[in-house]
Amino acid sequence: MQASPKLEVIDLACERGDHRLFSGLSFTLSGGELMQVQGENGKGKTTLLRALCGFVQPVAGAVHWCGRNVEEWDEDFHAQTCYLGHLNAIKDELSALENLLLTAGLSGVQLGEKAALDALRRMGLRRKEHLPVRVLSQGQRRRVALSRLLVVDAALWILDEPLTALDVGAVDLMQELIGEHLSNGGMTIFTTHQPLHVAGIETRELLLS
Amino acid sequence: MAINWFKYSAPSTFYGLAGKLIPWFAWPAGLLFVAGLYIGFFVAPTDAIQSEAYRIIFIHVPASILSMFLYLILAGYAALGLIFKTRLSSMMASALAPTGALFAFISLWTGALWGKPMWGAWWVWDARLTSELILLFLYLGFIALQASIEDPRRADKASALLAIVGSVNVPIIYYSVQWWNTLHQGATIKMTGTSMHVAMQQGMFMVLAACWLYAIAVALTRVRSIILEREANTQWVKELQEVKQ
Amino acid sequence: MSRLSVFGLLGLVIRRDLLLAMRRRADVLTTLIFFVMVVSLFPLGVGPEPDMLRKMAGGVLWVAALLASMLSLPRMFSADHIDGTLEQMMLAPQSLTMMVLGKIVAHWMLSGLPLVLIAPVLGLQFDMPADAIGVLMLALLLGTPVLSMIGAVGAALTLGLRGGGVLVSLLVLPLTIPVLIFGAGAVEAVSGGMDAASNLSLLGAFLLFALVFSPFVAAQALRISME
Repeated sequence: MQASPKLEVIDLACERGDHRLFSGLSFTLSGGELMQVQGENGKGKTTLLRALCGFVQPVAGAVHWCGRNVEEWDEDFHAQTCYLGHLNAIKDELSALENLLLTAGLSGVQLGEKAALDALRRMGLRRKEHLPVRVLSQGQRRRVALSRLLVVDAALWILDEPLTALDVGAVDLMQELIGEHLSNGGMTIFTTHQPLHVAGIETRELLLS
Repeated sequence: MAINWFKYSAPSTFYGLAGKLIPWFAWPAGLLFVAGLYIGFFVAPTDAIQSEAYRIIFIHVPASILSMFLYLILAGYAALGLIFKTRLSSMMASALAPTGALFAFISLWTGALWGKPMWGAWWVWDARLTSELILLFLYLGFIALQASIEDPRRADKASALLAIVGSVNVPIIYYSVQWWNTLHQGATIKMTGTSMHVAMQQGMFMVLAACWLYAIAVALTRVRSIILEREANTQWVKELQEVKQ
Repeated sequence: MSRLSVFGLLGLVIRRDLLLAMRRRADVLTTLIFFVMVVSLFPLGVGPEPDMLRKMAGGVLWVAALLASMLSLPRMFSADHIDGTLEQMMLAPQSLTMMVLGKIVAHWMLSGLPLVLIAPVLGLQFDMPADAIGVLMLALLLGTPVLSMIGAVGAALTLGLRGGGVLVSLLVLPLTIPVLIFGAGAVEAVSGGMDAASNLSLLGAFLLFALVFSPFVAAQALRISME
């Protein structure tokens, strides 16, 4: 992990179709910081997160990581981010364990089975590791997807509605995990419609309107 | 005289420029069509072997030439749009596609009309006709892809990539078809004789020039409507005289 | 934790797609059954004269292989697109081109290779001589990967579009014509007592050409489609 990672968004503007979602957006996020993106539906929360990942080409402005444009970083920037979108990116036909091993592999991380099992158990999926994901509930599937955060060593977590379908226990667990991540010098930017509080950390708020 | 080309690469300025240019292409196109076809149908002498039926080449040959060149120009514009992210180039590419497809279709149609008296069949698997048919498929693919993508930026980029892949493939396809044709002993009658009468040449070149001018005029007209459609939300479009009315 | 090498990644993507296909075998079988059916329809359509069938065999098998490989193209990226895996692939600190190559290889193993293996049986239906069957298999072995590669570009361009299944055939089929001409030409050359080497080497050249360019172009097409 970088000594002091820093994410800078400079004068960013994004469009969907002909519609301007936001423009002139600037902020800086440093290690240990937590930011919540707020705004009504359709104000571009997801688009902003996707622009940070590089899926969406901004109309204007730039995203810098540790002082350099992310377009120059390219794959090295991706090595330091972990994105979790609306979609879980898991396969119904595979077991939770296979899913985690494969998604970690696609992110370039060679994972031992032991480490993968530990991560799944930490996410509360004990005795569900070998079941096909097809038979799991929505919340349990989300847990499988979230377990990726535990095995990928990324400084920047980009989480789009991470709490969807999670029960109270899992929400507590997520808050705990984000807290650990931040105290290790990581940073997190997320959207949510449910309250998310991390003990000892003040959540910065970014309002899109 | 130095012209600032970048100034005209903005859709807002090009819209006005294209409007002024269109009559300069459209009128000569019409005049040359009439003159060229008159020479082709009334002045040029009857061919010794093919008699009157050969006169279809005055339309067939220019249409074939245009259909091939327009695909390359289309791919060129599309590549410019993809690499330099100039919106106008992508718009020009989509404006050219229907005209190119039209010429490919005319070429096939007139080829069939010519084939009936010459070969005794409406359709013969001649190398050039077959290539022309595949070219029409490529145009249709480009148009279909663009039509089925709603987001114009994605449509531009995706169809540009398709056009580039297509234009790389065009020579391979062309030579494959030619090879296939010689292997199967296809028709050997050549479309154009070795010695052409001067009037034939004149007529042919006039129609060819007319087709070029027509293609430019139509592409400019079409690009103007594409600009209006894409920029409908901008201030300059709302202030246009023709939009206000 | 260690990072994967390029070939490790390639192997991972191939293994993953094969594993997924094994969990739902029906998809693989449909392509194969379609191929067998289309080929078997021709004698019913044109009549059972052995001479004519022997003459047609190469072309019929090739056209059927072309259609069969179109059938499975829309699925190449769509499942990964729908469940979000494709997003994760594009975010991976790895070459997307290599991942696309892995998917192409897996697609060929699931839809092209079975056609190559079943072709001799269908060749017998058409009373093809043994040497022609050998060349047919070789030609299919060289040509079907090209179909998967060109097809990957089409599948990536039409990702997530309504009616993408038909559209992808419209885009891809014209581009596959050289493969059809030289693939069927190889079989015909052998049947006519000539050497098929020139046809086969041209197919090999297409394969190399497609191998170099198509994964990169398909990766670019995916980036365009995901925006």
